[in-house]
Amino acid sequence: MSETLKDNIALASRRRFLATASVAGASVALATVARAAPPEKADPLITEIQDWNRQLGPGVDAAPYGKPSPFEKNVIRRNVPWLTSDAISSINFTPIHALDGIVTPNGVCFERHHSGVAEIDPAKHRLMINGLVDKPLVFTMDDLKRMPGRVNKLYFLECAANGGMEWRGAQLNGCQFTHGMIHNVWYTGIPLKALLDEAGVKTNGKWLMPEGADAAAMTRSIPMEKAMKDCIIAWGMNGEALRPEQGYPLRIVVPGWEGNMWVKWLRRLEVGDQPWHHREETSKYTDLLADGRSRRFTWIMDAKSIVTNPSPQAPLKHKGPNVLTGLAWSGRGSVKRVDVSIDGGRNWQTARIDGPVMPLSLTRFYVDFDWNGQEMMIQSRAMDSSGYVQPTKDELRKVRGTNSIYHNNGIQTWLVRSNGETENVEIS
Amino acid sequence: MLKSRKLMAATAAAFAFTAAWQAPPASAQQGKPAAQSVAAKKTGVGREAHPDEVKAWDTDVRPDGQGLPAGKGSVKDGEDLYQAQCAACHGEFGESAGRWPMVAGGRGSLKNTGPEKTVGSFWPYASTAFDYIKRAMPYGNARSLSDDEVYAITAYVLYLNDVVKEDFVLSKDNFTSIKLPNVEGFYEDDRETAEKQFWKKEPCMKNCKAEAARVLNRARMIDVTPETKSAPRVE
Repeated sequence: MSETLKDNIALASRRRFLATASVAGASVALATVARAAPPEKADPLITEIQDWNRQLGPGVDAAPYGKPSPFEKNVIRRNVPWLTSDAISSINFTPIHALDGIVTPNGVCFERHHSGVAEIDPAKHRLMINGLVDKPLVFTMDDLKRMPGRVNKLYFLECAANGGMEWRGAQLNGCQFTHGMIHNVWYTGIPLKALLDEAGVKTNGKWLMPEGADAAAMTRSIPMEKAMKDCIIAWGMNGEALRPEQGYPLRIVVPGWEGNMWVKWLRRLEVGDQPWHHREETSKYTDLLADGRSRRFTWIMDAKSIVTNPSPQAPLKHKGPNVLTGLAWSGRGSVKRVDVSIDGGRNWQTARIDGPVMPLSLTRFYVDFDWNGQEMMIQSRAMDSSGYVQPTKDELRKVRGTNSIYHNNGIQTWLVRSNGETENVEIS
Repeated sequence: MLKSRKLMAATAAAFAFTAAWQAPPASAQQGKPAAQSVAAKKTGVGREAHPDEVKAWDTDVRPDGQGLPAGKGSVKDGEDLYQAQCAACHGEFGESAGRWPMVAGGRGSLKNTGPEKTVGSFWPYASTAFDYIKRAMPYGNARSLSDDEVYAITAYVLYLNDVVKEDFVLSKDNFTSIKLPNVEGFYEDDRETAEKQFWKKEPCMKNCKAEAARVLNRARMIDVTPETKSAPRVE
């Protein structure tokens, strides 16, 4: 628990007390109350025998592939229907407000498809390597799974458009919608370098183009240096096969770089001496700035963080002890520090990081705090191992204007009202 | 002699095997070139591709014309094809229907609030349109067009953008003569210099703003968030 944050809250409470003595007096007093007295009447959930305490439940094979409890039915991916014309070429969002730790469960990893989910029998899947190689090669899934050097790596995948609806101001109430185009998954596969070495990249092979097998046949240009450094050809996620919506049976993993490059249903890798300038790296995924010119090849996802609780979908319900938590990440390395403010960025306190801090992976932070019912403007600010400090939205707009759609990593503000309700706001 | 040579070979193989097992575990290699433990020697896994297989899949086209198939198509032929295959989503004049992408118009709009990014106003290369139409269009019936039809539709989209005249015939031979207006409108990622103020900064921790922060705008005023039912109000 951060003492300074406690002090800040106490200070804010005192100010509020002075302003509205009769209301605030009670909330200040609450902070010192240890816990509630026993109820007048005993809790029937304890004193009465419940159904699940008396009856037998389903047997072992009732759910051969288990699902979450029905009481978790709201923890699902959701989309914003007005964003796109057709769910087949659309996006939905990870419910990050309802998750904890750093690994995203497979069933709620956000989806982005351009021509729907391809359904591919792995026995009928082929991976081709061609272009500027000594020998164009074809691999089956069985071939790939007997290649030496298999690896397991935890990486975040963030869509470059995550937060893209917020450039001109607060628009969507919920971190699922403002920050949910992200997931963090353990990938199993083989280093791309191993496959490229197998084919023998020619000396003028400076670029690599992965291509999908779906009806969109997604393509992107990846510089050879990145392809050889840490890209993975993956068939597994979080210990099981890729989900169909994540590219089953095969996808490319491009750590720290924008999600659009992580081509799903991967069927081909072409080596070339120039980038291809295809649709997804010209008309899309270029950053239009205020002067009418555009940055291209903005592959790296800059450091970013978000408080997931409290947030509009996860309001505060109790005064007294509460847990503030959130996620931080950077495509340039590992998260070094996360600071949290409750007064809209006037004063900051360093959050506690829990769980592994790994490069190019989500990192989980916490601030345990007492809430007296005062209004708060909550922000978080990530710093990474490259020395980058997450900018405010205004600092970003000053450099980029508001037309760039992609790479909005500005600091988010949640306004927590005195009733606990939390909303997406922009502040001075 | 023969026996001992065999034995030597077997011993060498055993050593190689041992050496492979002694390579550092994958988990220790986070952040390093991941393939270091893979022997430079080829494994021989996979097979060589048949030329017809490469031909079937390698349809991509680059701005320098590499990958363009033989063929041609006129603006005139493209008009009929476009109206039949494309207009339902992209609009009769490329102006878009619903939220599907505009493909024409928008010239001079890139500095506006609500820029219109079309083939004529924004795209740097005509090859991008040809490649994309050939690989992914029409939506729901990808790869159904012949190469001549892709040339014709590309020609018509260029015509809708006033890049070519109505009697133009686009072909493999004249393709690279097409220049789009915004080709110079792109430059490489320069965040590390243009945004260097975001690096190596010790951020302010105390009294970072002169005045208390005020709310300037609220998502709830726009009210476009889908109903989630997962956030009961505490009021």
